[in-house]
Amino acid sequence: MDGRMEAPVAVRGRGITKVFGDVVALDHIDVSMTQGQIHGLVGPNGAGKTTLLGLLLGLAVADEGSLEILGAPVGRALPPPDGISGFVDGPGLYPTLTARQNLATLAALRPDDAPAANVEEALEQVGLIDAADAKVRGFSLGMRQRLGLAAALLTRPRLLVLDEPSNGLDPAGKKHVHRVLRRMAAEGATVVLSSHRMDDLEALCSEITILSTGRVVFSGPVNKLSDENRDLDYRLRASDPSAARAVAAGTPGVSIVEGHEAAPGPDTDVIVVRARVAAVDELVARMVREDVAVRELTPVVSPLEAAFLALTEQPAPTAPISPAAPISPATSTASTAPTEQEAAR
Amino acid sequence: MTATVADAPAARAGAGTGTAGRRPVPVARILRFELLKQFSAWRVRLLIGLCWLGPGLMVFAIDQQSTLPSDTLFGRWMHATGWAGPLVVLGFAGTWALPLVTSMVAGDVFASEDRIGTWRHLLIAVRSHRRIFAAKAVASLAVIGLLVAGLALSSIVGGLLAEGSQPLVGLDGHLLSGPDAAGDVLLAWLCVLAPTLALAAVGLLGSVALGRSPMGLLLPMLAALGMQVAQMLPLPVAVRLALPGYAFISWNGLFAAPQQLGPLLIGVGVSLLWAVVATALAYLVFVRRDFTNLNNDGAGRRALTLGVLPLAGVLAATVGLVAVATDAGGSGITQAKVQRSVATAFAHLYRYQQAQMRQPPVTEAQLQTVAACDKSEGLGAQQGSGNDWRCTVSWNVPGYNSTAQAIYQLNVTANGRYTADGDGPVQVNGYFLILTGGKASPNPLWQFDGNVDLLPG
Repeated sequence: MDGRMEAPVAVRGRGITKVFGDVVALDHIDVSMTQGQIHGLVGPNGAGKTTLLGLLLGLAVADEGSLEILGAPVGRALPPPDGISGFVDGPGLYPTLTARQNLATLAALRPDDAPAANVEEALEQVGLIDAADAKVRGFSLGMRQRLGLAAALLTRPRLLVLDEPSNGLDPAGKKHVHRVLRRMAAEGATVVLSSHRMDDLEALCSEITILSTGRVVFSGPVNKLSDENRDLDYRLRASDPSAARAVAAGTPGVSIVEGHEAAPGPDTDVIVVRARVAAVDELVARMVREDVAVRELTPVVSPLEAAFLALTEQPAPTAPISPAAPISPATSTASTAPTEQEAAR
Repeated sequence: MTATVADAPAARAGAGTGTAGRRPVPVARILRFELLKQFSAWRVRLLIGLCWLGPGLMVFAIDQQSTLPSDTLFGRWMHATGWAGPLVVLGFAGTWALPLVTSMVAGDVFASEDRIGTWRHLLIAVRSHRRIFAAKAVASLAVIGLLVAGLALSSIVGGLLAEGSQPLVGLDGHLLSGPDAAGDVLLAWLCVLAPTLALAAVGLLGSVALGRSPMGLLLPMLAALGMQVAQMLPLPVAVRLALPGYAFISWNGLFAAPQQLGPLLIGVGVSLLWAVVATALAYLVFVRRDFTNLNNDGAGRRALTLGVLPLAGVLAATVGLVAVATDAGGSGITQAKVQRSVATAFAHLYRYQQAQMRQPPVTEAQLQTVAACDKSEGLGAQQGSGNDWRCTVSWNVPGYNSTAQAIYQLNVTANGRYTADGDGPVQVNGYFLILTGGKASPNPLWQFDGNVDLLPG
């Protein structure tokens, strides 16, 4: 058992089951979310993410199993404790009210004894103070997301549950939101983040839970997931593409991806290779020995996304989806089967 | 399986039964939030403007015309008194304005949260289905009350500015003094609050049960339209009185002497019963709704079943109760009632005509008016609605010791209201103008409105 397990747990669920009619939304899942961490929640559509977020926010209770939030058991006769905030399926905002009115009325709905942040302060935190008196009707999706976050911050939550908070955010807005979430975690709040944006999750989360068809297929530290050993596709740009191709072809464990799976477009200097981390290390070493400079070596799909696709049995993309941040071959990792699966059943 | 109030922690917290939850949010704060939302919506602001300005302007403008809306109850008296205007508006409001107002306010109060996707946000903030429902219901009723008050006060002001507080001719021809008319007009507007509440409750039910569907918004309009159509049909009187929309008509009885309070009280009672039952059903549907499933906006067979079937049961039970309690059967329009009503109205209006023509005053006792009415020239059943009623009115001519007669063609509608059209002699009930106080007005005996009490007795 590592030190992580000894940290206080904000959410602990055991054998949680939730059924809607004939649909089993959550099937005896176990989850643990460490206090003061940003915990990512991913899964394909219909995996049960929204249901789990709904349970955390107190919108419903589990049909079976036990759930403890912020140290308090939650169940049929036990409402969730104070200090939980957030949104699912987008922030709920009233378009006919201004940003300030939305927050002020929400703040007025809080009990008098609940700790509350100042409306101005919340608007300032998410960078919307200049738009405070504009009606939400005219807000872009990104502004709505940020205002939704501000609404969640009003209560100074100890557990912040956010569903796709980066939707529609421009780079500056995303940076703003990431900064707020990191600061909240640093101050001891637990942030549960559901997103399909793997780059966001990799940038923010220290822990992650992957759900598939109502079951947990992985739960643990992000680096544990990325450390696993499986083939990954890499974009390789070198000073001499022909020589690089020849070196790659001669390196054990490295295969060149051809045809429609290779890098599309006019950039003929780029080749796509498929290999495990050790083979990539060897490829770089060989290219250096052959005096071929490595100008770019980037996973076509991020390690988290690759793991997600593998664990949820979705077909891999046929072309680069979005270039992840370039990583050093020496530090790039890949994985195969997860070593820390907490499949509930 | 869906979440129910029994397993929704938010609801329990609000109900105050939770052990670890925070203190519930006071309903007053949620109500303030709901009112803010209502008043920030452009359509509500537009409605307020229309209801507070429109009727007054309309009454004033109509009063400036030479042709009056004589096909509307009290329309023919708009030049005579300012109290006729608000009653014309009341008749119009019961048909169109009030159903529209309830549709746009109560019919949308829950559905709007579905449309803009704010249910979860609200539930997380408030954590009590019960308090949210109460606040929304009260907020929508407050807005509807404000709109109805606007309709009433605006039309009263418009009428009084145009004609002042002159005596009003009642539905049986008797004169109500200005203050008496004022009291009855206000009471009539107060009475239609009951069917308005019933429609609002149906609107709440539709809004909860049908979610984003536009049918939720249209339900009060459709319900009102359905009830109006039903009132036009030759239904048994017990069914007619058991419909919650009857109170939109039965205020007419306030303007007869003696006042026809039976149908009015039954109509108001039935309306309030519907308001309570439909609100309770809306509450039950609301607290059983599952808010974790975004695709489920509450519209479903179960919600509809929970909403529609009990109301059908209420209607059936009310019909039985009214039938037993009042011993009312058939159409409620009998030959004897028509004759009595026409004779009374004629006698009152004859006195009014004589006064306008500056003739010596007479009393009803001196006139000893009687009416002999038949339907379809005496063929078939002498009861029920139709435009084939014909009445011969006889009265003693004061000072001449002789009996005179006048003939009227009657169009009696199924709800008991009728219009009598003078068919001679021209000197008595033909069309001619009478100059009174510098103003010319049509002969009051030429055409007049009346009302048959549908209940036995």
